[in-house]
Amino acid sequence: MTNLNVAVSNEQTGYQNFSAGSFTFRRDEYFAYVDYPDGEYVMPIDDFLKALMRDIAWGFFYGTVNFDSVFGTINHYGNVDLFIGTQNEEYVNNGKDFMENFPSEELMEIFKAILSDWTIEGFDPFAAPQETGTAWGPKNGNNDEAISRTRQVAQRMIGMPGDTEIRSDETGYTVNRHFKDVDQSNPVVEAEPGFEDQIHGFNLWAHLSRSDVTWNPSIVSICKQSLLCPTTEEYILPVEHGNDRVEWFIQCSDEIVWEIKDGKSSKPRASLIMRAGDVACMPADIRHQGFSPKRSMLIVWENGSPEIMEKIKNGTVPRVGVEF
Amino acid sequence: MSVEYKTTYASIDNYNKGGVQMVSGNVKDYVFSNIYEVASKYAPYERVVVAKNLVYTIESCKAEGESPWYTCSHDEFAIAFDYDVEVHYIKMDDTSFIDDEKDGSFRLDDKPAGQYMGKITLNRGHQALLPEKTAYSFKAAKPATLVFQAILGDESNEKWSEICLT
Ligand SMILES: [Fe+2]
Repeated sequence: MTNLNVAVSNEQTGYQNFSAGSFTFRRDEYFAYVDYPDGEYVMPIDDFLKALMRDIAWGFFYGTVNFDSVFGTINHYGNVDLFIGTQNEEYVNNGKDFMENFPSEELMEIFKAILSDWTIEGFDPFAAPQETGTAWGPKNGNNDEAISRTRQVAQRMIGMPGDTEIRSDETGYTVNRHFKDVDQSNPVVEAEPGFEDQIHGFNLWAHLSRSDVTWNPSIVSICKQSLLCPTTEEYILPVEHGNDRVEWFIQCSDEIVWEIKDGKSSKPRASLIMRAGDVACMPADIRHQGFSPKRSMLIVWENGSPEIMEKIKNGTVPRVGVEF
Repeated sequence: MSVEYKTTYASIDNYNKGGVQMVSGNVKDYVFSNIYEVASKYAPYERVVVAKNLVYTIESCKAEGESPWYTCSHDEFAIAFDYDVEVHYIKMDDTSFIDDEKDGSFRLDDKPAGQYMGKITLNRGHQALLPEKTAYSFKAAKPATLVFQAILGDESNEKWSEICLT
């Protein structure tokens, strides 16, 4: 059989190839090539790196992380599938899909190595396109500082004694160019003597206005298994998230358009236009991708209950948030 | 050209709800509502569930005037989504009546006996902790929108067919 793989000269570009099971990953100046036993899949390198960054930062996340309509990962919490076409109707119907399962830590280590080698100086896969250089060209340094940012996770509520810090100039988080008009005042806390550490409030909007990443929720408050995960969004969510459980959105400022497709087949279902104050639920059988014309504030509301894991395993997880 | 960006918010008296363009399926699947619209529609401090996942909820209400006193066996959180709301706290002398197994906040008959802990004045986007087993009440000079991270309980009202796109 003719070898249809694109010729990539690492000697010329200075990048490394990586393999995971029967997958091989290669990059050149513009593209990422995913080689698997039945063929080769090509993606623009910037899209690939931005999606890879989210898949790493979210620990393979809840359910399916589609890098696009063909390639991605499915999290089984402890192990993970790497796939070509298994979430694409045409690939599946024609027997062209391919999938391999890995222990999560093993694939995570490989993904991190790819991201580190292929992300060049000046390119920040977490940033909005107007805030970063490009991913293109030959190997030129790295940006390990940017890609090793971890999401801030509160124990109870950020800003409380001993908990995660609120973002500020002092902690290195300046106000984003799209949020210069966001009020930076703090709530007025008038605690009686002895209660200073027990009553607590902070300016969530100001905290968000200082986020240096896009499409990367952090956790600000925890009510048992209920996780309030606000994030700032600009341009396009770099993945199509195929959530395996319902996921709620509360739009806090500006607007986001969500393109909703069927989780399995990728056929279009709907588009949601969410404006300040709008609340919507992503059903558990879809994939969603957001478009945010201006940097906007979004609360992603997650439920970390082990009970949900059980329901996913035995197939009883509710498809919709509420039936009415 | 340098652009001055304007962040667009909404409020209980000025919101611009979005919506859904359907290709296939049922619009009800998206349980689409708007917290300001919900707050504007119901009585002061009537908490309406706008998001639910198992027992966990996000609830919206109108803050106006003084609220009753509430308490809860677990932490809850409140976010002011438009105008000023005061939160007052009391460390109760007796918390033995609080059932650890009972989720969600509940109303107290009166202002409870105990030590006044202080108050927090929230403005747009400010979030406050409502600590477990602490009594709290709200005060707002004019109608404001208050959003809770909570658990389904006595104070939670589900009115899905009244609030969601159908
Ligand atoms: Fe998602």
